[in-house]
Amino acid sequence: MATQHSRSAARIMISPAVLLLLAWMIVPLALTIYFSLLRYNLLMPGTERFVGLLNYKLFFNNPAFFTALLNTLLLVGGVLIITVVGGILLAILLDQPMWGQGIVRILVIAPFFVMPTVSALVWKNMFMNPVSGLFAEFSKAVGLQPFDFLTHAPLASIIGIVSWQWLPFATLILLTAIQSLDSEQMEAAEMDGASPLSRFWYITLPHLSRAITVVILIQTIFLLSVFAEILVTTNGGPGNASTNLTYLVYARSLLNFDVGGGSAGGVVAIILANIVAIFLMRMIGKNLDA
Amino acid sequence: MGRITLDKVTKKFGDVEVIPPLDLTIDDGEFVVFVGPSGCGKSTLLRLIAGLEDVSGGEIRIDGKPATDLPPAKRGLAMVFQSYALYPHMSVRKNIAFPMKMAGMPEDEQKRRIDNAARALNLTDYLDRRPGQLSGGQRQRVAIGRAIVREPAAFLFDEPLSNLDAALRVGMRMEISELHKKLDTTMIYVTHDQVEAMTMADKIVVLRAGNIEQVGSPLELYRNPRNTFVAGFIGSPKMNLIDGAEAKKHSAETIGVRPEHIDVSASEGTWKGRIGVAEHLGSDTFFHVHDTGLAETLTIRASGEVALRHGDTVFLTPQADKIHRFDAQGLRIA
Repeated sequence: MATQHSRSAARIMISPAVLLLLAWMIVPLALTIYFSLLRYNLLMPGTERFVGLLNYKLFFNNPAFFTALLNTLLLVGGVLIITVVGGILLAILLDQPMWGQGIVRILVIAPFFVMPTVSALVWKNMFMNPVSGLFAEFSKAVGLQPFDFLTHAPLASIIGIVSWQWLPFATLILLTAIQSLDSEQMEAAEMDGASPLSRFWYITLPHLSRAITVVILIQTIFLLSVFAEILVTTNGGPGNASTNLTYLVYARSLLNFDVGGGSAGGVVAIILANIVAIFLMRMIGKNLDA
Repeated sequence: MGRITLDKVTKKFGDVEVIPPLDLTIDDGEFVVFVGPSGCGKSTLLRLIAGLEDVSGGEIRIDGKPATDLPPAKRGLAMVFQSYALYPHMSVRKNIAFPMKMAGMPEDEQKRRIDNAARALNLTDYLDRRPGQLSGGQRQRVAIGRAIVREPAAFLFDEPLSNLDAALRVGMRMEISELHKKLDTTMIYVTHDQVEAMTMADKIVVLRAGNIEQVGSPLELYRNPRNTFVAGFIGSPKMNLIDGAEAKKHSAETIGVRPEHIDVSASEGTWKGRIGVAEHLGSDTFFHVHDTGLAETLTIRASGEVALRHGDTVFLTPQADKIHRFDAQGLRIA
């Protein structure tokens, strides 16, 4: 891609794809913004009319909004902490030479292949169910009252389920990063008298910083829009205890049939995602520079 | 200070014995070079001394104290790696400070030692840079600086110059030699380059397949190679090794003559041959001579001014007192 000619040729060649993607993004975005400015309720067809920012006002004044906002941030933050810390520990563990390494690695990666609805249902019915779940059986076996996870700690339970799904992703990325660490560096640190803990702190962790950044950025994008896990386990409840922004938008548009309000919520979610993205890039984006 | 003794040290990887029982004594302040072709176990031997590999048998003593089971950091040795192994996310200053920080040395003592090392190695202007911003030679010096500040009993170098270009290699070779004179600390240096071995060593250890072939000063090895392997390995260009009838004349299985110990004449001599490839180095010229009636192509070294051309006929005479004789096992006949 050196000459003027080859550069313009490259631009022409990729332009169809770029235009298609642009249209794919712009059309729904424009429609969403347009709907968010209408009074548009599916129960009252034919009465659409322009109401300005009323939908936004109603959305912000809804007490569920701030709960949902907080829940979204807690969910993203909680899952990030668990997967990054857990991912680093698992990656270090899997990097050790051991018997059956191949099988263990596949087992660790497996949860990533299970679709979210299925894994959430498995957790809900087979693990967390207070009557027939495995955890309830454990509690009863040691003489404790079974704990009803999805009723008494709904958000924490969902954080747990989502973390379980995303841990393999973090582990995989961090494992490959650990494997690219120069072994002579580790040996040099060993000769320099660094204990295993200081070797981890001064050599491994800085080496992983870029991979950790990638994990955080990619996961944040997906975690802001967690939906299926909430839908099949708690339905956002009890009350609003496990409702995040995505679920609130869904409830607005498809449970209350208020397309205008739902669209306003959608636009708010887009803005929030961008704010989070800007903060993230500011904080950790510099790690991506070579 | 830095006397290292290896007593029947062995090393096995699985069933493969890479180092059969080996004895070696390295005296305090000596510059010892392990040299040998790749895969001869010289790096493994260094890593055994460093403690980065566990010995399979035998004992290592440092200053008379058993060190076989000590972890690397407790042996008081510092190592310079082939890839330099600098910590890429730390500045040069922090790299050099790292071993002292790990040892919990007071800040002002750390600073004093860093400044001393930086001055000795011409790194003062680069202390706040990252290793990625330095040239190969500078990185090498940082790696040496990191070793010096620990004031170790001995330095271990694992092919430290093999990643540098030829001119820089010669420069660093002198710097390391000078450093040794100044510090007067034991140094063990691993290389596959016999020129480095000859120029730097007080004592050369020639290794082949984990066995020590010969130990001695560079000139000892050059003058009195103990067997054909050492004879062929030390010296550049390689010694001419001649088997067969010509060797029988000297009542040996093999005779060896170095290229610089063969006289060239246009009119008379022991062997008559035809010049093949000539390598002109300016100061010297290496001629490869064919059709001498011997099985081997002979290499001879003449002064740079000799006017011989490809295809010329020459007469060669080995200097009688410089002929090395070897028996059927390749051992030197005294």
